[in-house]
Amino acid sequence: MKSTQYPPFVNNSMRVGRSLIGPVALIAVWWIANDSAWVSNKLLPNPFATFGSLWDSLMSGSMTKDLAATLYRTLYAFGLAAVFGIPAGIALGSNDRIYRSIESLVDFFRSTPATAMFPLFLLIFGIGDFAKIAVAGFSAWLVVLFNVAYGVMNSRKTRILAARVMGASKWRVFRDVLFFESLPQTFVGLRMAVSLALVVIIVAEMFIGSMDGMGHRIIDAQQVFDLQQMYASILMTGGVGYGFNLLFIALEKWVVHWAGR
Amino acid sequence: MNSVVDFSLHSYRDEVAPEATARPHITVRGLCKSFGGAPVYSDFNLDFPKGRVTCVFGPNGCGKSTLINMIAGLIPYDDGDILFDGKTLQQTTIGYVFQNYREALFPWMRAIDNIKYPLVIKGMSKADCDARVEELIASFDVKFDLNRYPYEFSGGQQQLISIMRALAPHPEVLFLDEPFSALDYEMTLFIREKLQEIFHATGVTMIVVSHDLEEAVYLADHVLLLTKRPTRVADTVSFDAPRPRDIATLSSAAFVQTKARCLDIFQREVRK
Repeated sequence: MKSTQYPPFVNNSMRVGRSLIGPVALIAVWWIANDSAWVSNKLLPNPFATFGSLWDSLMSGSMTKDLAATLYRTLYAFGLAAVFGIPAGIALGSNDRIYRSIESLVDFFRSTPATAMFPLFLLIFGIGDFAKIAVAGFSAWLVVLFNVAYGVMNSRKTRILAARVMGASKWRVFRDVLFFESLPQTFVGLRMAVSLALVVIIVAEMFIGSMDGMGHRIIDAQQVFDLQQMYASILMTGGVGYGFNLLFIALEKWVVHWAGR
Repeated sequence: MNSVVDFSLHSYRDEVAPEATARPHITVRGLCKSFGGAPVYSDFNLDFPKGRVTCVFGPNGCGKSTLINMIAGLIPYDDGDILFDGKTLQQTTIGYVFQNYREALFPWMRAIDNIKYPLVIKGMSKADCDARVEELIASFDVKFDLNRYPYEFSGGQQQLISIMRALAPHPEVLFLDEPFSALDYEMTLFIREKLQEIFHATGVTMIVVSHDLEEAVYLADHVLLLTKRPTRVADTVSFDAPRPRDIATLSSAAFVQTKARCLDIFQREVRK
């Protein structure tokens, strides 16, 4: 079969068009379900009214305040996780004995739901902002730690040998080879960590005394039965998570330009 | 640090004494190595002549790569002494070319920085590094842009970059572990010729592990034939066809005879 040749801009717009099919279809189904009253409008608001509400809240600045609070906490937690997770992960991954002795511990805490540790962190840090950041940061830290260590352990041995045979010291092998070898897996870890930090922050904002943040906003809207506002806030939160993901994938492609090649 | 590789026109081979008196460069004495209790090498003794190409050939799993990896310090050995002109490995500059160039080059560095890396490790100044790389580019007649990343080059070009990296610090010995086995035939021929040129120009002692007998004989001054495990030297066959060798060498009577002799020894060892 002969494939038809299109000029690049046609190809590009076709690709963009195809990627829009899913969202447009979802909104269409949502609209039909609401308009024909398949789903009670006590549960599902009109999609266009919801987007209108989202727009208004953003314009009036009422949502931007919550959005900023959530972004601040998430990035703070993520920052702590990255700053403490990457060096610790490299150290862990490059020392087999340390790794083996604490592997089960890391696995245990990774399997413990972060939410189960809320009360503990509240006790330690008090009912402030930092308790939320700390618990999200801790969960994200474990993810970073594990992934970086994994990346280091699975680095290509040939490259380490190549550096050693050229006379590289242990420290140089670490800095010039191990660090870069672990980068692809480090980015996987960072991407997972930022998603997890967002999840934990949203839940913390919902349930442990918060005056702002998207989690607080969602549960507030639910309490007063402002459906449009609740859906709008959920959509915005989803947008934040999706945005983080896109950002990290782009960053990964740029930094780890050699991955998969 | 500004010494220049001797790429001038006179051949190193004109200066060295005839084969019989070639000085040993690497001496292996009483080498012992076992894997999981099974001895691969026990009380193994061997000399590699200086300024010669020695190709190591032997049955699968006999420890060809293990041998050169122990000499190059990539894997530890249980007992014995390995000296380079009486010096230890730490006192000697060596170059090593891996079979898998894809896994041996650093893909996060540009090709040119890969080549400079051993020089940077030695603490050479930036100007000296640049000068040395320019020299290598000129002597290898490199036409492609080394400011790209390794994965942007063809396999043969990547292996050439690996060889340039190995040669950058003026090694006394160049180890090559099956340098052609990940290359297609065209690239194999190309790299083979490059290796001959390097040898012609520098007279560096080369040790090449090969699983292709034709290639081994073609490149070698000496073919070192190893036995099955526990590994011993079955024989050393000399091949003294003049260099540069070319396609005609492959069909010369001396080449055919030498190859046949190696094959004979090899088969005798495999059947044992």
